[in-house]
Amino acid sequence: MAHKSEELIIEALDIHKSFGDLEILKGISLQVRRGEVVVLIGASGSGKTTFIRCINLLEDIQGGRIRVNGRSMGYRERADGSLVRDSERNIARQRRDIGMVFQRFNLFPHMTALENIIEAPIQVLGVPRAEALEQARALLARVGLADKAMHYPSMLSGGQQQRVAIARALAMKPQAMLFDEPTSALDPETVGEVLQVMKQLADDGMTMVVVTHEMGFAREVADRVVVLDQGELIEQGPPEQIFSRPTHPRTRAFLSRVL
Amino acid sequence: MNFNWDVFWQYLLQPSGVYLTGLWLTCLISVLAMVLGCVLGLAAALMRLSRNPLLNLPVRFYVWLMRGTPLLVQIVFLYTALAAGGIFRFEDVELFGLVVPGNIQAAIIALGLNEGAYMAEIIRAGIGAVDKGQYEAGRSLGMTFAKLMRRIVLPQAFRVIVPPLGNEFNVMLKNTTLVSVIGVQELLLSTQMVTSATFRVFELYLVVAIYFLLLTTLWGFFQRWLEARFGQSDRPAPPAAGSRMFGRGTLKLLRGR
Repeated sequence: MAHKSEELIIEALDIHKSFGDLEILKGISLQVRRGEVVVLIGASGSGKTTFIRCINLLEDIQGGRIRVNGRSMGYRERADGSLVRDSERNIARQRRDIGMVFQRFNLFPHMTALENIIEAPIQVLGVPRAEALEQARALLARVGLADKAMHYPSMLSGGQQQRVAIARALAMKPQAMLFDEPTSALDPETVGEVLQVMKQLADDGMTMVVVTHEMGFAREVADRVVVLDQGELIEQGPPEQIFSRPTHPRTRAFLSRVL
Repeated sequence: MNFNWDVFWQYLLQPSGVYLTGLWLTCLISVLAMVLGCVLGLAAALMRLSRNPLLNLPVRFYVWLMRGTPLLVQIVFLYTALAAGGIFRFEDVELFGLVVPGNIQAAIIALGLNEGAYMAEIIRAGIGAVDKGQYEAGRSLGMTFAKLMRRIVLPQAFRVIVPPLGNEFNVMLKNTTLVSVIGVQELLLSTQMVTSATFRVFELYLVVAIYFLLLTTLWGFFQRWLEARFGQSDRPAPPAAGSRMFGRGTLKLLRGR
């Protein structure tokens, strides 16, 4: 796509993550350039959701490094190489640069669509209310929901809620957006409207890391498809290569099951 | 049967000044102790959520102690026993030109301390009822813990907290009778004083029971209104103002609307 550059936005290096004795991520490295759309695919339990949650520190990691925009995220390295978690305040500050969209939307149910969107800009960035409102209305228009500003999440369909959630994340003007299975909790008829918004976002040059089971989206929108299996990155490349000429046997096995 | 209707009606419908003072004190002590209990309960619930044992252990001890000993013992201990032990004595203080007797201070603090322990558990349960995804959404937007609590979690927990909070205040109204033992002249002690002069025990205790029924019934109406406005429900939240803690709605509520 047109906006790509060589500038690295997200660098994950040798990420290790365990839940107790269970090793979920066995040393995954991924680099994402500005404007690039990376789609993570793989069987459930392969660690793709856990991996993107590690990028904005919703999960602790046991080893490895994460850099966003060249700045180290969440951990400081001691002289002996072990990691110390950064202060809560610093982590909160670093998370502003990365927007996240969740499988279950996680809109704030006690606020209208508009209030959901202005909440963080006002409370976290200190944007004046009038400016935040203007921006929020523009974002709602961008995701096709200009007429739903005063609706509470419970009055919106799943697809509409997810589009509000995307607008909410965009309101922080993030450097990159993470999507954690954004269409998995949706009714089939509303999946398309969310994918449409995401495609538009990609065309506008947003840096995106997307975990999804929508192979059509991966094929059409991704610059690069990354295949995870049992906590390891087993293959990556342009979508036409991954979908037509996968080299790893486990990629072939996975694709034959889902396509 | 030894029952004098005239005395009954007279005290029920034209209560003497002693009675009215008692009624006023009962309400005042209930409200202030409840406010204290809510503040303590909120602080305790937040500390209890912390993984730091320096924060959550004192709270567990406090809740254990307050729930494990009789309220009547706590009241006497705070006011009488501490003074007798030479540790602390509640003195009368002058506040805004009004003398607040030591035993009333002790009554409010004892009831509030006790209430705080129960409120801590209620608020903790309310916070626990908020979906984990709400925390993740707030965090991913760069909110700090304090902001996340104040703007996202507590307003939602509040809906779960309101019904049990109403019940707690009902209990509080009745528990104020216990502070009669340290000489606070609330409704019960007022009644005792009048009976010792008139010996009309049956009539006057019936009157005091009716007074409490009246108070709790009035509160019940208010509680139902509160629950309809703030409580958990399937329908969408009321428009903007009402749904946020310390929002316009709550302030209106505090002013009595």
